[in-house]
Amino acid sequence: MRLPLTRTSLPLAATVLVCGLLYAAACIRHADEGFCTWRVLVNLLHDNAFLGLAAVGMTFVILAGGIDLSVGAVIGCTSIAVATLVEQAAWPPAVVIPLVILGGTMFGGGMGAVVHIFKLPPFLVTLAGMFLARGLGLVICLDTVTVRHPLYARVADLSLDVFPVPALVFLLVLAGGMYVAHLTRFGRAVYAVGGSEASALLMGLPVGRTKVGVYSLSGGCAAAAGVLYTFYTSSGNANAGTMLELDAIAAVVIGGTLLSGGVGHLFGTLIGVLIYGIIQTAIAFEGTLSSWWTKIVVGLLLLAFILMQKLVQSGAQRHA
Amino acid sequence: MRSAGPSICGARAARLVWPGLALLLLLASNLVSFDDGHATLHTDFFRIEIKQGHLYGSLVDVLNRAAPVLLTALGMTLVIATGGIDLSVGAVVAIAGTLAAVLITGAAPLSLPAAAALAIGAGALAGLWNGTLVAVLGVQPIVATLILMVAGRGVAQLLSAGQIITVEQAGFTAIAGGHFLMLPLPISIVTAAYVVVAILARGTSLRLFVEATGDGETAARYAGVPVPAVKLVAYGLSGLLAGVAGLLIASNIKAADANNAGLYLELDAILAVVIGGTALSGGRFFLSGTVLGALLIQALTTSILTRGVAVEWTLVVKALVVVGICLLQSPAVRARLWERRSAA
Repeated sequence: MRLPLTRTSLPLAATVLVCGLLYAAACIRHADEGFCTWRVLVNLLHDNAFLGLAAVGMTFVILAGGIDLSVGAVIGCTSIAVATLVEQAAWPPAVVIPLVILGGTMFGGGMGAVVHIFKLPPFLVTLAGMFLARGLGLVICLDTVTVRHPLYARVADLSLDVFPVPALVFLLVLAGGMYVAHLTRFGRAVYAVGGSEASALLMGLPVGRTKVGVYSLSGGCAAAAGVLYTFYTSSGNANAGTMLELDAIAAVVIGGTLLSGGVGHLFGTLIGVLIYGIIQTAIAFEGTLSSWWTKIVVGLLLLAFILMQKLVQSGAQRHA
Repeated sequence: MRSAGPSICGARAARLVWPGLALLLLLASNLVSFDDGHATLHTDFFRIEIKQGHLYGSLVDVLNRAAPVLLTALGMTLVIATGGIDLSVGAVVAIAGTLAAVLITGAAPLSLPAAAALAIGAGALAGLWNGTLVAVLGVQPIVATLILMVAGRGVAQLLSAGQIITVEQAGFTAIAGGHFLMLPLPISIVTAAYVVVAILARGTSLRLFVEATGDGETAARYAGVPVPAVKLVAYGLSGLLAGVAGLLIASNIKAADANNAGLYLELDAILAVVIGGTALSGGRFFLSGTVLGALLIQALTTSILTRGVAVEWTLVVKALVVVGICLLQSPAVRARLWERRSAA
C-alpha cells in the first residue's frame, strides 16, 4: 500500500514545494514592486484561467491514458463562434454559451467515440480534430470580432471590482473536476482505464463509455475555456489558443500526472498552471528578461520534473 | 527475422496501394472543375513548361513545397518505427534556421557552408539530446521530445533576440531558390536525403534493428540488438534532417522566423508517416510510403489553392482527408470490411 502512495504523492509534493519556492523567490526579489500582493495572485489566476480550464479537461484525458491535441483549436473555434453569434447574429449570450459548450462536448465525445470504436491512436484522431476545429473557426471568420454586449461589460466590471469571473469559473470547474475524479464511479473508471485498459475491461468497467466521457469532458472544458477567452479579451479570434494544447499538457505533466495514464491528481494540475503563471509574471516583473525565457524555463522545469518522476519510479521498483 | 520472400515483398507493396491510390485520385481530381455549375475537363494542373531552362508547373510545385515535410518525415519514420515519436522537429527547424541566419548576418559573418554545417549540426545535437533522454534515461518519447518542443522555440527566439532576421546573401537564398537538373534545388536535396536513408535502411542492419526495437524492445535486447544505440541513431537522424529542413524554410522566405518557422511541421510529418502505412505503435516502416504521404499532404494543399477554394477551407478538407485515410487503415474498419466481403 505504501508503494502507490509514494509514487503518486511524492511528485505532487515536489510540485507544491517548487511552486512555493518559486513564489517565495519572486516575492523576495520583487518585494518593492509589490509582487506579494493579493492583486498579483488574483491576476495570476485571471490570466491563466482559460489555460487552466483546458488543463482540467486534459488531465482527465491523460489520466485515462489518452491525449487531446484539439483543445487549443476548440478554444479558437468557440471564441469566434461566440463572438459572431453574439455580435453579428445578435443572439443572447445566455443561449450561445450553453450551446457552444454543448457543441464542444459533442465534438470531444465524437473524437472519443472514433478513438474507441476504430481503435485509432488518440494522437491522430485529436490531431484531425485540431485541424477540423481550427478550420471551422477560420471558416466562421478570419478576423478578430470584438464583443460589445452589455453582459461582457458587466462581467468586466465585476472582475475588476470584486473577483475575476474567469478565475472563479476555473476554480469552480477545478473543484467539480476533483469531486468527479476522486469521489465518483466515473472517476474510478478513468484511473482504472488509464492504469490498464485490459484489466479495466476484465473488471467489467465501461471502458468505451469512460473514454468517450473523458474526451467529452475535455471538449466541454475547452469550449468553456473559449468562452472565458471571449470574456478575458472581450473578443473572439479563430487563431486564439494556438499551441495552447502544448502549454496545457506541460502544466498537467508539471503537476505530477504521468503521460502514460492512471497516475496523477487534478490538484497537481492547479499547481502546474500556477507555476506557469508565476514564471510568466515573474519574468514580466523582471522587465529586462524577454518573454521567450518563459518557454526555456518551463522546458527546464519539465525536464527536472520528468527526471524526478523517473527517479521516484525506479526507486519504487527497487523497493518492490 | 524477416526473410525477403516474395509474399513479404508483396505485403510491403500492398501497404503502398492505399496512399498511392489516394494521391492519384487527388491529383486526378484536378482534371475536373465546376465552373458555372457544369463540369469541365482541363489539364492545366498537369502542364509543365520550360521557362529560362527550368521546369515549371503545379506538379513541380508540389514536389518543391513538400520538401520540408518530406525531410522531417523521413527521420520521423525511423523514430516512429522504434516505437517513439519526435514532437520537437518544428522547434528544431526554428533553431537551425535562426542559427544559420545569425551566423551569416552576425558581426563576424561565417561562410555559407560553415553556417549551414553548424545549423545542421545543431539539429543533430538536438536530436541526440532527445535520443539520450529516451534511450539512456528511459523517458517516454512523447514527454522527452515535448521538452524541446516547448523550450526549443524559446532557444530560437533567444538566438534571434525575438527579431525576424532577414538574409539577403545570394548563396543562402539559392538553397531553396536555386535549380539543379532543371528542377528546384530542394527536390534534389530531398532525393539525396531519401537515397541516403534508404541505403542506410537496406544496405545495413539498421532496418532490422529499428523494426526489432519497435516490435518488442525487450525481445530485441535479449536478441542482442543495441537498443539504446538504435534509438540514438533514429532521433539523431530526425534532428539532423529537421536541421536541413530548417535551412530550406529559412532560405525559402529569405529570413529566419523563430516564432513561425516549422510551426506544426511535426504534426504534418507524423501524419505523412502514418498515411504512408507505418503504425504509430512502431515496428515495420515504409520509407516510400512516407514519401507518398508527404506528397499527398502537399498535393492536397496545392489542389485546394489552385482550385481557388478559400484558404480557410484548407484545414477542414485536410481534417476530413486525414480522418478518411486513418479510418481506412484502422484494423477495426478493415476487419469489418472483410467480414462483409466474406459474408457476401
